[in-house]
Amino acid sequence: MPYAIEAESLQKTFTGKHEVHALDGVTFNVEEGTVFGLLGPNGSGKTTAVRVLTTILKPDSGTARVLGHDVGKHAGLVRSLIGLAGQYAAVDENLTGRENLRMVGKLNHLPTAYVVSRAEDLLDQFNLADAADRPLKTYSGGMRRRLDLAAALVARPTVLFLDEPTTGLDPQSRNDLWEVIESLVGGGTTVLLTTQYLEEADRLADTLAVLDHGRVIAEGTPTELKADLGATVLEVGLDSLEHANGTADLFAALGTHTPTVNGTVVEVTVDNGPASAMAGLRSLDRAGIVPTAFTLREPSLDDVFLSLTGRRTEDETKSTEDETTSKRRRARRRAAEDAMPIVTGELS
Amino acid sequence: MTTTAATTITAPSVSGAPPSDSLPSTLRWAVSDTFTITKRNLIALTRIPEALFFSAVQPIMFVLLFVYVFGGAIKTPGSSYVNYLMPGVFVQTVAFGAVSTSIGLAEDLQKGLIERFRALPMARSAVLVGRTTADVARNIAVVVIVTVVGLMVGFRPTTGVVPYVAGVLLILLFAYGLSWGFAFIGLSASNAETAQVMSFPILFPLVFVSSAFVPLNQMPSWMQGFATYQPFSVTITACRALMTGGPTATWVIQSLAWTLGFLVVLVPLASWKYRTRT
Repeated sequence: MPYAIEAESLQKTFTGKHEVHALDGVTFNVEEGTVFGLLGPNGSGKTTAVRVLTTILKPDSGTARVLGHDVGKHAGLVRSLIGLAGQYAAVDENLTGRENLRMVGKLNHLPTAYVVSRAEDLLDQFNLADAADRPLKTYSGGMRRRLDLAAALVARPTVLFLDEPTTGLDPQSRNDLWEVIESLVGGGTTVLLTTQYLEEADRLADTLAVLDHGRVIAEGTPTELKADLGATVLEVGLDSLEHANGTADLFAALGTHTPTVNGTVVEVTVDNGPASAMAGLRSLDRAGIVPTAFTLREPSLDDVFLSLTGRRTEDETKSTEDETTSKRRRARRRAAEDAMPIVTGELS
Repeated sequence: MTTTAATTITAPSVSGAPPSDSLPSTLRWAVSDTFTITKRNLIALTRIPEALFFSAVQPIMFVLLFVYVFGGAIKTPGSSYVNYLMPGVFVQTVAFGAVSTSIGLAEDLQKGLIERFRALPMARSAVLVGRTTADVARNIAVVVIVTVVGLMVGFRPTTGVVPYVAGVLLILLFAYGLSWGFAFIGLSASNAETAQVMSFPILFPLVFVSSAFVPLNQMPSWMQGFATYQPFSVTITACRALMTGGPTATWVIQSLAWTLGFLVVLVPLASWKYRTRT
């Protein structure tokens, strides 16, 4: 099967105050008509990879091809075949939804009559017809993303790049957008999407690659990756460090990996959530340890990282140490919020 | 960077027009893309209140302020103060307006719109040419507004319609050259606020240490050399001569020379910044 997207040993280093190896030999292939997920934390190189593949940025070395065409040598051609929706919702705030879509259609050099009817179709399809004549600055975050995606689809691209399409959206808007993306793939479009959310990659991607510091550290189907990882995370809060360490020892036999202790919180990835939870509670009961919190949740990107690299995700912010730490804390909190709790119970 | 023109393979069937490598078609798309971007910028202008303020309200305030507040204290031998002032206000207005070129481009960069444009099969040149062309359209509107306000407060051009229009054209050309400089600033700034902050220290000495508001002989002598021959003064003096009489040729030629110089230097500079900004 021919590849829609090929990335071969892509290297990109940003010089400046701090040298950043955004891409450090990234290689992957995406088969036509499939959804490929690039999963990684902030600063792992996802956006840089998308910018190289969409002709926006020249790599220092390596080659990138879209539908067999080199993105450097045939940039103009590649641009006419792809669509790009970015994480910053690159739409003109001062134009209305309809004006934005028409502008992008014109800049794709499509015939005017086609642009006009295509814009109407997309506004209907994305549930934006009522807001079509309002300037974008009056749109909600979810509406903006939908319009951004619609703009990427005006020229019916064969290959679609979605850079963190749902970052910052509320769960409802995220779900809506996922449904739209799923329907696109049914139409045969090849999609490359970047995401920080394991849940999103799991739901949308046929295959995915995990990026870390500009390198692919794991590749496979979401099922394969999760099989490695364990399906569920059991998270137990204790009242003291001593109890936390004791719990970690008790849980060692339950998990697919060694339990981790983070302060007074113990985490362990397990294959069978409910059964492991029962076994865990029984062993705690026998040891006379009473947990303060007891949660079963789906694994987050943080957990994937922990399992693949032995460390948690971190932002590559090259700012002062304080900022970095607070950002990391924020990122972790975000990751924790994103992981959907399956069972949450307060026991005390 | 490779452009659409460098494409040598025919595109597989996309619903749109396939990119072509023939020069006339490339040129036709460049014009069409520039038109699209110009239109987009002009629509935006009507929807940003602060842009309208900078464009229309601010120059009106300057006219009123200088005619009624400062004007009485400034001696302009041989002409009424409002006749002396108006050419200066025209140039000051288009110069301050050019700041919105830098703010607009910085915002487009910041918001990721330029990223989207870069991933589209459009002409590379259209973003900058479209922006500066929209500025010309805005300047025409502003000059008309300021003219009307000027006439209301006693501005009386003495030379007739043709020299007056020639003066306006001279200002518009000068402003076009300037806006490429501000495009460069906008592309160099990290955000819109920085673009604005970077623009004003360049503009203020050029606008105020000039013959715009105060005759040069009322400045200290060490300042007069700069104030006489700097591009703003030259253009204001040329425009004043075209609108209210006086020797024109040398000033008009000098002003055109400055404009040409701006374009020769600033167009490649801004284009280079646009290509290399990542």
